Amino acid sequence: MTTTAPRSAERAVDTPLTTVPRVGGVLPRWGTWAVLAAAAALVGGLLALVGFSISLFILATALLFGVAVYLWSRVIEGRRRAKDRLVTITVTGAFLLALAPLVSVVVTVLLKGLERFDPMFFTYSMSGILGPGGGAYHAIMGTLIITGLAAVMSIPIGLLAAIYLVEYGRGRLARAITFFVDVMTGIPSIVAGLFAVALFALFVGPGARLGIMGAIALSVLMVPVVVRATEEMLKIVPNELREASYALGVSKWRTIVKVVLPTAVAGIAAGITLAIARVIGETAPLLITVGLTTAVNLNPFAGRMATLPVFSYYSYASPGIPREAFVDRAWTAALVLIIIVLGLNLIARLIARVFAPKTR
Amino acid sequence: MNTSTAAPKTTTSATRPIRRPGDRIFAGAAAGAGVLILVILAGVAVFLLVQAYPALVAAPEELPTPSAGGEGFVAYVWPLLFGTLLSATLALLVATPLAVCVALFISHYAPRKLSQGLGYLVDLLAAVPSIIFGLWGLAVLAPLTVPPTRWLEDNLGFIPLFAGPASAIGRTMLVAALVLAVMILPIVTAVAREVFLQTPLLHQEAALALGATRWEMVQLAVLPFGRSGIISGAMLGLGRALGETMAITIVLSVSGGVTFNLISDGNPATIAANIALEFPESTGLDVNTLIATGLVLFAVTLIVNLLARYVINRRRDFSGAN
Repeated sequence: MTTTAPRSAERAVDTPLTTVPRVGGVLPRWGTWAVLAAAAALVGGLLALVGFSISLFILATALLFGVAVYLWSRVIEGRRRAKDRLVTITVTGAFLLALAPLVSVVVTVLLKGLERFDPMFFTYSMSGILGPGGGAYHAIMGTLIITGLAAVMSIPIGLLAAIYLVEYGRGRLARAITFFVDVMTGIPSIVAGLFAVALFALFVGPGARLGIMGAIALSVLMVPVVVRATEEMLKIVPNELREASYALGVSKWRTIVKVVLPTAVAGIAAGITLAIARVIGETAPLLITVGLTTAVNLNPFAGRMATLPVFSYYSYASPGIPREAFVDRAWTAALVLIIIVLGLNLIARLIARVFAPKTR
Repeated sequence: MNTSTAAPKTTTSATRPIRRPGDRIFAGAAAGAGVLILVILAGVAVFLLVQAYPALVAAPEELPTPSAGGEGFVAYVWPLLFGTLLSATLALLVATPLAVCVALFISHYAPRKLSQGLGYLVDLLAAVPSIIFGLWGLAVLAPLTVPPTRWLEDNLGFIPLFAGPASAIGRTMLVAALVLAVMILPIVTAVAREVFLQTPLLHQEAALALGATRWEMVQLAVLPFGRSGIISGAMLGLGRALGETMAITIVLSVSGGVTFNLISDGNPATIAANIALEFPESTGLDVNTLIATGLVLFAVTLIVNLLARYVINRRRDFSGAN
């Protein structure tokens, strides 16, 4: 990419054209950093007089920095370059601003979650516990069981549908499936939960709360993600591999199973891992389909189950007494959840990188 | 496109391909899975309709009436729909410009070696579960907004948006919209970034060769090329913001009613948050009513998503010429 021309070369080109009046020179390389330091010092000094606040400090420094660089550059380099510098600062600032919530979320959850991040949290349920103590063993198991069930249901469907779209799909049916997978991607999670509720209200009766309902709601959310990820990966398998296999007289389905899928397996595994990471933190559908219990229930076909996100939500939204015990457990549940989700994301990246096909 | 397997199939004349049983079973299973997806989606629509129907035809006074006072389903759902649209639109207004800047930074401003890793960092933001954003919004963001909203009330109170009284704990529509904005930012960024990266290199180099600064190059080559990407990304983000539940449920202090006041404790709920709040304690017709509101939400997000897809696909046709 050639986004910036080296300044020195540009000047060398410019020098012969002395007849064309050109506004001044270029800011020194250290110029912007010096302005940043000066702005920070100035704002820091001023704020020290009236009372320091970190967010105000950053905001004011950024503003002063932008204005100062713009003015300096405008005087020395002209309007166009000044604007360019201003935009660069804005865009970089926007990026840092976007990262701020991520950092803040992780730090907050870590600080507040470590309070109860102890063995008891992972080995006790909330059965018979009114105040402090207790744990989320039942919720962790519930989350694993329900997400596992959802994965078991949606991975085969998603995989096969993607294989159909890439390897077999022709005409109206394939176009319809592509279109409706897009539609499905946009289903709000709470609507997926309502679907499970409506389904079981007809077959089991109203007011049912079962682990399997949550798993079905989650698979509605998971299937389109799996289809999309698998489809992308199958599409980039080189056609030559398929043709070579056909040329050896291998049947189509064995070509797909033995040649196409192994080539794409890293990407597919990564995509599925990300899909699991996406649904494992879903709260809303589980809130209305699975509910919450205090005791351990490992049977998704009988009665309410606890799940980590719902456990966290209720501990925070309707705490008992003392409140701190419940809030602490809510944050620790959030911490466990964020560890699981970020861990799954990391695993997905590793799978994609380590097991990537060597052909490309 | 799917031209991949067209080659070995010669449906013409003498050399008919041998269809082994394995082939037939496998193809059948694959097609079956595809059809199953259609069935599931049809099921979502049908079951929701069936369960929503009793609420849609019920007499107005039978419906749950926390805000509507027995005036029927439309009166019940309207404030919720208003809250949904208001929070999502605000979130979009905040997130889109920011997302365009972030996408530009990753695609054109960041050092080349770093850009992929930075993109991954922004994607991580999308991975954080919404319940955690809700807790974070309530515990961290909400207190932060209390002094600024006080100031807004005191100095700009004549604008209806900041009429106040300013919330003392920050559970306001403003905070809800900001949390939503953080949540949809990675989605809009991802779409915009993809499109920006596809900007033809020749266009960019031509602009630079004519003496354009980097910003002028972006203005001339990247933004016009990426405009539909920005629009469709924003629409996808809007679809996500409309359906977002837990963050709003936790952050927003709800009192019903339709108001544009962003900084007070009395806010309209959103459809999704209302379902999450009311559903666990509901029985009978209340459940049907909530499902009917869910159907409305489904329809709204569907329209928004279809519009987004339409814009994306139109662009795909257009860029096929490149």
